[in-house]
Amino acid sequence: MPPLDIDATVMANARLSRDYSVLSLAAPEVGRRTAPGQFVMVKPAGVTDPLLRRPFSVFEVLRNSDGEVTGVSILNKRAGRSTNKLYELEPGDVVSCLGPLGVPFRAVAAPVEAWMVAGGVGLAPFATLAESLAASKTPSTLFYGARTAAELFHLEFFEQLGIKLVLTTEDGGHSVNRHCVKGRVTGPLEAALKNASPGDAAPSAVMVYACGPEPMLETVAKLAGRYNQPCQVSVERVMGCGLGGCYSCVVPVKHGDEHANLVRSCISGPVFDGAELVWD
Amino acid sequence: MAPDLSVTLGSMTLPNPLIAASGCFGYGLEYEPVVDLSTLGGVVSKGLFMKERQGHPPPRIVETPAGMINAIGLQGIGVHRFVKEKLPLLNKAGARTFVNVCGTTLDEYVEVCKVLSQADGVVAIELNISCPNIKEGGIQFGCSLTGTYDVVSAVKKATHLPVIPKLTPNVTDVASFARAAEDAGADAVSLVNTFLAMAIDVETRRPKISNVLGGLSGPAIRPIAVRMVWECYQLVKIPIIGMGGITDARDAIEFMLAGATAVQIGTQNFVDPFVWSKVLAGLTDYMTRHDVSKISDLIGTFDPTPPKPVHA
Repeated sequence: MPPLDIDATVMANARLSRDYSVLSLAAPEVGRRTAPGQFVMVKPAGVTDPLLRRPFSVFEVLRNSDGEVTGVSILNKRAGRSTNKLYELEPGDVVSCLGPLGVPFRAVAAPVEAWMVAGGVGLAPFATLAESLAASKTPSTLFYGARTAAELFHLEFFEQLGIKLVLTTEDGGHSVNRHCVKGRVTGPLEAALKNASPGDAAPSAVMVYACGPEPMLETVAKLAGRYNQPCQVSVERVMGCGLGGCYSCVVPVKHGDEHANLVRSCISGPVFDGAELVWD
Repeated sequence: MAPDLSVTLGSMTLPNPLIAASGCFGYGLEYEPVVDLSTLGGVVSKGLFMKERQGHPPPRIVETPAGMINAIGLQGIGVHRFVKEKLPLLNKAGARTFVNVCGTTLDEYVEVCKVLSQADGVVAIELNISCPNIKEGGIQFGCSLTGTYDVVSAVKKATHLPVIPKLTPNVTDVASFARAAEDAGADAVSLVNTFLAMAIDVETRRPKISNVLGGLSGPAIRPIAVRMVWECYQLVKIPIIGMGGITDARDAIEFMLAGATAVQIGTQNFVDPFVWSKVLAGLTDYMTRHDVSKISDLIGTFDPTPPKPVHA
């Protein structure tokens, strides 16, 4: 189905910290069509600065009290001019929103367990995935790492869905009433993968889903490979159009003994099999 | 009566003057979900060499004020795969397909054009002698008058298709290059390709794109491109396809008044993939307001009389 291009009104822009906000957009049809892992291209409407939209995973599909879909939200982290402008938007402002776009996560179901691995703003695609995993009663864990406990967001949301949380902070700080392991999120992930090494009867007991900084993704993909677990990785690249027109967002992908090809992450991704990505 | 949007480019008649620019529209098919390709005047493919090319490592683009710098590096599938995999689908979609032809040598340009001459559905060849992003080939022809003349004449001898060299703005006098192309038998010229540019990350003191240099496009370049089209229009008789930062119908008309017979829309596809129907509607609206029945009557009708003083 072709993507929609909506002038979406900002319903709310909840500042979670000095860097993060959740921008809620009135785009019900985009919300209804979004599958977990897909993204939207967003910029403030009617301006030439920024000229191009930026890609964001759909963070939440928003619903009203009657359960009707009212829009989508994105998890925005200030990193440059464009994300600064999005951080500063107020309710009533309008953004150009193109989507949903891209290849979603492949679903799994019990008895396979879903392990989501998020680093920082890489939490973005996992709220919708967690909802879908909870709906299918798939046993699920979120490994979630941030610089500090103050940057661990939406923990109650995941807990209420029955998602097990494994939290890490780089400074070792703890979230309220929740233990955080000091260090990177890949530490507890590796420990868990060791324990879950599949027996003969369960050749793939776990599906690993990862989104976050590039070094984290590389480590997760390699760990999953070492412990023979399948892994889906959501990558982030500088993107021009989101439709496959500009060839800006390429990633090296390799199948078997072929040489690596640069493929467009907007239409062949953003979700890739961790084993097919080439890390440089 | 509905306004007549058709334009004639040499031996070709297009239903309207709007053409999708090379490198900004994939192979056309990427945009099929959002645009009816048959409603466009034409679609120019991504640049094609004989063989596949991987292009430059990312990051390949960076946004700049009212524009962007790109150095994709002509990643492409090569002419043979294009003819086999893309062209039949473009024909099925009703697209009028222009193919942007690249070469590292004069012989390669000729060979690629020969392949395209035997294919079904190519309406014209746009010769890419102006990509600023690759070391070998391309711009070395486009930055030399004799190089431009030689590659156009060689290709003209090898194909029956209309040949349209795409000119670079990175020269002192672009009109002299349009003249060289005309002298060599070009059926039209298209201009401008991107402006050689760079952007530095002041925090790291490193380039913002991997190739260091890239090509600037978008609304930022439009006034320079309009000036160059006008300069060419005064010097050559062959039709001009104008481009550079067109975002709406007013921009397209500005190029036509300066002398363009048709226009290409590039970067705006990234900003707004639904741009085409809006520009078409805008052209019709303009023609109605100005009582213009044929859009081709606008070509080159720019009036250089100084404007009346504006008092605030």
